[in-house]
Amino acid sequence: MSPAARDGAGFRIAGAGAATAVAALVLLPLAAVLVAAGGAGAGPGPGDGAAAAFTLLQALASAALSVALAVPLARALARRRFPGRAALVTLLGAPVLLPSVVAVMALLAVFGRGGALNAALAALGLGPLRVYGPQGVILAHVFFNLPLATRLILEGWLAIPAERFRLAAALGFGPAEVGRHLERPLLATVLPGAGATIFLVCLSSFAVALILGGGPRATTLELAIYQAFRFDFDLGRAALLAAGQLVLCVLALVLVGSVALPAGFGAGLDRSVARHDAGGLLLRLQDGAVILAATAFLALPLAAVVAAGLPRLGALPPAVWAAAARSAILAVAAAGLAGTLALAIAAGRARGGGRWSEAAGVLPIALSPMVLGTGLFLLVFPLADPAALALPATAAVNALLALPFALRALAPAVAAAEAAHGRLATSLGITGGARLRLLLLPRVRRPLGFALGLAAAFAAGDLGVVVLFAGGATATLPLEMFRLMGAYRMEAASGAAVLLLLLAFGLFAAFDRGGRLGTRA
Amino acid sequence: MGLALEGVRIALGSFVLEATLAVPPGARVAVMGPSGGGKSTLLAAIAGFQPLAAGRILWGGRDLAPLAPGARPLSILFQDQNLFPHLTLAENVGLGLDPRLRLGRAEKARVAAVLARTGLAGKEGRRPAALSGGEQGRAALARALLRARPLLLLDEAFAALGPALKAEMLALLAAILDEGGATLLMVTHDPADARALTPATIVVAGGRADPPRPTPALLADPPPALAAYHGRPAPAPPAAGAAGAARPPPPAARG
Repeated sequence: MSPAARDGAGFRIAGAGAATAVAALVLLPLAAVLVAAGGAGAGPGPGDGAAAAFTLLQALASAALSVALAVPLARALARRRFPGRAALVTLLGAPVLLPSVVAVMALLAVFGRGGALNAALAALGLGPLRVYGPQGVILAHVFFNLPLATRLILEGWLAIPAERFRLAAALGFGPAEVGRHLERPLLATVLPGAGATIFLVCLSSFAVALILGGGPRATTLELAIYQAFRFDFDLGRAALLAAGQLVLCVLALVLVGSVALPAGFGAGLDRSVARHDAGGLLLRLQDGAVILAATAFLALPLAAVVAAGLPRLGALPPAVWAAAARSAILAVAAAGLAGTLALAIAAGRARGGGRWSEAAGVLPIALSPMVLGTGLFLLVFPLADPAALALPATAAVNALLALPFALRALAPAVAAAEAAHGRLATSLGITGGARLRLLLLPRVRRPLGFALGLAAAFAAGDLGVVVLFAGGATATLPLEMFRLMGAYRMEAASGAAVLLLLLAFGLFAAFDRGGRLGTRA
Repeated sequence: MGLALEGVRIALGSFVLEATLAVPPGARVAVMGPSGGGKSTLLAAIAGFQPLAAGRILWGGRDLAPLAPGARPLSILFQDQNLFPHLTLAENVGLGLDPRLRLGRAEKARVAAVLARTGLAGKEGRRPAALSGGEQGRAALARALLRARPLLLLDEAFAALGPALKAEMLALLAAILDEGGATLLMVTHDPADARALTPATIVVAGGRADPPRPTPALLADPPPALAAYHGRPAPAPPAAGAAGAARPPPPAARG
């Protein structure tokens, strides 16, 4: 072997090892699901077709609504300057980190039976709005994904060069002409990707359906898997449903092609384009109303839950604090695992490792948490008590689910570090651990901090796999909070919600800040 | 028994470079030729970054093929990116003593000494972005000095510097070479550099790297490729030669 070929072999082996571990952690549970589904006594029941249909329909509706509402908001943000604009754009990045149980709790505070909206309607003599059911599931998905869609569209909007708008002004374009010649072509390129991303996210959403859905009209496949587990303990049926969910996800992924993962939070979105066609009073009023309405829709529920929960923080039951400690450990472990796997795969790839390793790293994107959880349960169940493995399994699944995001953030930085300084390091004999310490880690600190923060926040806020495994003594904070909500202890639940918010955002901020602190040139 | 290239053949797509030549130990040799002729490729092959399609590269009679770039008996300075931007000056230079940068008190003293020697005392804690181009060049030379490998390869390492800084750098280089007796291979496109420092010159053109020839004779009667590249008759040699220019070309340089 030539020295050039041997050079970096350690990194390639580590990368291949990490990629193999990821592939095994993804494919072995899938195999277990498919085997168990094949061995299931009965075929799909009548409710299962309805669950599949609802899964598709709610994802379609959520994606369409999120994107449709995001267009006027993104346009208003793109062409208006106002105090607080930067804060609002930052706020749009927050729902990615927002634990889904907290979001649902927040929506209940405004749209729920005892919420502010129904109180106002009752004062007007109007009947209560029901938030449980399909409309609640879709509402929550829009709450989550409207900001994501807005940021994706805003990115596209701001990518239109300012000169183009200047030219439009020179040609005397009004809003209609700008729309026809500049904005509609832009939207045609941006909207499909944004919609597809949201569609995929909603396809495997679990916590929202768990709390707001259910019943024959609003059960998703993910929820049906959980119910087959929890209520019937019918592993064969759970596997069958998981196989159905898997087929749905893979088909959607193939149809959709590429998925737009956000690589950062609103970087570069802090400017607006000078516009010469949008000075009319009517347009300004319209944009102002859109921005106000969107801000209220996104911020009021969160403000309500924080206001309700903050005073309860001191009086939380001990079980909640214990669960918070478990969640913190779980989150750090999941982040460490995701970061290590992503770094190993990215470094191996940058030192000439095969392309398959990167493909293995994004494999988890085709997975839903319940499918992965069902598979892991099927693998573990004959060997050990699943409750004892609840936290390791949850950490592993969360690390896998965060891996595509972590890779997306890290791989370009690792490749750039190797491209710029790899030859120098090699010429000085800097290899192995020294290369990691002296070249890679210092060069990728910021994206690594971002990736770790993202993974930690995901894991801390996740109410997914843990519900399949956990017994009483291994509940995480989201699960504990869900139990409090189920027991109608809403005050304690809102206190737990605030604690969970603090945990998720605090972990993200700590890792992200750690990546920036003392950042070297 | 210095550097020897035996039947070396490098293939990069349709580009092919062949070289059979020898450079005696302690020699100072320029590598000149038209852009894209393969000067950097030749150095990359010697340094171990460019696999050979055929032939052998030897140092002191020993085949370098099994050695990784960092283990070869040489130091290389690239056109740019010779320092890690995230490490301090002292750390960058200290890498010349230990690639894992685990330096004891004695090693740190050696780093401090070489920094003083290259006029960089007091700047140990700075990062490259806070150094001038000349200081960055001196830091890279300081690191090469600590590595103390018998062969030094310079790939237009000072091309981005202005004339005065470059002269200063070449003078420092000459002093370092005088001290350690290292062999030098230096890619340059400036005949004045070659005249000042390197009594012999390898011409790389037309897919071939020729054995070293005496620099003055070569510049007085350049081969067509070199003449076309320089675009003018070579100017007369300066009256007062810089360090090294007075040396006679090494014997092997005539073959």
